[in-house]
Amino acid sequence: MSQMLWLIPALPLVGAIINGAIGKRLPRAMSAWLAVLMVTASFGVSVLAVLNLVALPEDARVIHETLYQWVGVGSFSANVAFWLDPLSAVMILVVTGVGALIHIYSVGYMAHEEDYARFFAAMNLFAFAMLTLVLADNYLLMYLGWEGVGVCSYLLIGFWFNRDSVAVGTDEKFLSPRSSATKAFVVNRIGDFGFMLGVILMFWTFGSLAFEDVFQGAETMFQVGAPVITIMTLLLFMGATGKSAQVPLYIWLPDAMAGPTPVSALIHAATMVTAGVYMVARSHVLYELAPTTLAVVAVIGTLTAFIAATIALVQNDLKRVLAFSTVSQLGYMFFALGVSAFSAGIFHLMTHAFFKALLFLAAGAVMHAMNEMIDMRRLGGLRKYMPITFATFLVGALALSGFPLFSGFFSKDEILAKGFAHGEVGLWAVSVVTALMTAFYTFRAVILTFGGKPRWKEGEIVTAQDEDEHSGHGARGLHPHEAPPVMWVPLAVLAVLAAFGGFIGLPHVLGTNYFDQFLEPVFQQPHVEISETLEWTLIAISTAAALVGMFIAFRFYRGSSTAPARLTSYYPWLYNLWVNKYWVDQFYDFAVARPGRWLANAFWVDVDGRIINGIADGLGRTFKNVGQSLRSLHAGYMRGYALAMLIGIVVVIAIVVMRP
Amino acid sequence: MLTVTHYTVLSAILFSIGALAVLIRRNPLIMFMGIELMLNAVNLAFVAFARYLNNMDGQVFVFIVLTVAAAEVAVGLALVVAIFRARENVDVDEIDALKG
Repeated sequence: MSQMLWLIPALPLVGAIINGAIGKRLPRAMSAWLAVLMVTASFGVSVLAVLNLVALPEDARVIHETLYQWVGVGSFSANVAFWLDPLSAVMILVVTGVGALIHIYSVGYMAHEEDYARFFAAMNLFAFAMLTLVLADNYLLMYLGWEGVGVCSYLLIGFWFNRDSVAVGTDEKFLSPRSSATKAFVVNRIGDFGFMLGVILMFWTFGSLAFEDVFQGAETMFQVGAPVITIMTLLLFMGATGKSAQVPLYIWLPDAMAGPTPVSALIHAATMVTAGVYMVARSHVLYELAPTTLAVVAVIGTLTAFIAATIALVQNDLKRVLAFSTVSQLGYMFFALGVSAFSAGIFHLMTHAFFKALLFLAAGAVMHAMNEMIDMRRLGGLRKYMPITFATFLVGALALSGFPLFSGFFSKDEILAKGFAHGEVGLWAVSVVTALMTAFYTFRAVILTFGGKPRWKEGEIVTAQDEDEHSGHGARGLHPHEAPPVMWVPLAVLAVLAAFGGFIGLPHVLGTNYFDQFLEPVFQQPHVEISETLEWTLIAISTAAALVGMFIAFRFYRGSSTAPARLTSYYPWLYNLWVNKYWVDQFYDFAVARPGRWLANAFWVDVDGRIINGIADGLGRTFKNVGQSLRSLHAGYMRGYALAMLIGIVVVIAIVVMRP
Repeated sequence: MLTVTHYTVLSAILFSIGALAVLIRRNPLIMFMGIELMLNAVNLAFVAFARYLNNMDGQVFVFIVLTVAAAEVAVGLALVVAIFRARENVDVDEIDALKG
């Protein structure tokens, strides 16, 4: 029974191989449910494995399983080996559990898609890579998973690679799926480069990449603040900023929304983007030896949370609000890691996986109902048409806002409390303001999408495409309808998790934090005692922030308030700053992309086209010309050759004989 | 008294006649004769020097040259026959397929 960890990543891999190889020839339902079956089976094995883990005594809760030696060069060796401890247990349950629900939802969501086999193959492959990442027992195997999820993210963002735009019924300009996928990949490569350097430095320092060796070596060889460890952790964190969309590499995540919505839910909200958080938490031994890095992590996290929240305030595209919200919530997680509240960060990772996957899937149901249109300025009034989606989205929104007793409330509150207790009052204050903004933009989205009166007409044609392509079945006008059960059941399950998932991590004053206790053997942190009064005060403040944010959203968007328009006209510069996302994309385009393209172009046209090609062509032309001018010597006149030979021999002999 | 010089001069004269035959005749058979003449001129020189230097190596070489000459004539005549079959004509000036 202990030798079954390998099944967890292997099952989705089998699904990916079958769907990738022969999926096109399978019936649609078989291909789709095969993918679901594989991830669900993987979830089943994960549950069994975690039960086995829990059965172990608390201080020995590790299942270590070596499959085979993967790389063995000289003294270096890396195994394909899996490492299940409470931290990876949380991760595999989230990845396979939320992943299975999203796969089920995809069966309905992708029902009209031609290329369903490619979709499910890539989704299964992603599950494999992500599970490899979280189960790896060494940094090299983790890096394999790390790159694997990046590739799957690329494949799935660019799933509709033949469409120039997936935005429907909106005047906003977004990148095409192709460009979005490339952008995500390239930006991630920048981060991954740092990660790779960090891993190389780690091998240099410790001579091994296995977690056990590295962490033991770090504890015995280095003092707190050792420069090598600081550089190493900063490099690793650079990888995390790419994968987990932190400042300054967060720009790819909003554009990743060009992929299908289940992809946004699975990869770009619940799992892949949390890989950076997991990696930092996994390397907590190293990070705790590097206070400088921890401070950087905390500041970057808070900054990201704040910046992304401000941008989310003014987005009109529902999925992009959620995307910036994801960036912002990931920022919270890094803030938690930065103040050494590792279990709080992982707790928020888990609750965020529940409620953000829920919000994305519900947004996908809205897209499904509204012919792919999700510009919130043209939605409204949908609560009557899709009550289940509305109810589940509302639960997700309450959890995201940190409304008391919903899961997000407990996790966010724990982060804020730990941050305050750690003495980061400034960062704590920024985080509270961010929490207020979070509640505001979340309820802005709820009200604009589901509340009020419809800003669309029954039977309205959203795009010319619907009219043309579906002319066979008559024009495809707007007829919003509730999602089919295969889509709303996963929504309902996630809604239950998002509502009650927080109760396993109650704050000290309300009960026991089982989640913290479960992760205790991994992080082994001293308990930070804060007084009950302070804890209640902090809870009151974060609750107040959430309620104030929600209240402002209601005042602004219920009915026909002119407040948003007036505010925009009072502070046009601020509105422009946010709606243009601080011009970061433009800045990168100007500072990095353009010089890069110019350099590439110069290398292509001038260096390769002119110089390299010129040398090759010139050499060829020279020999051709020389040959051309020498060919007249070959007259084909045999006696001419004989004479030449004779003269040649005579000359050679003359030289030999005459030589002194 | 015939000295080695006489043999050498004779050898040179024979070689030149052979070379001239190869250079100015267009009939491949005559050219072969010229080649044979050149080879035998060399043989004569070998034998003369072997006798003069009291070293048998030169005479051994003559046998090798004779063997090679026989093989060369066999191959050459075969080529001439093949060319004649193909073209009904063996004028070397007209065989210029390798003209550059």
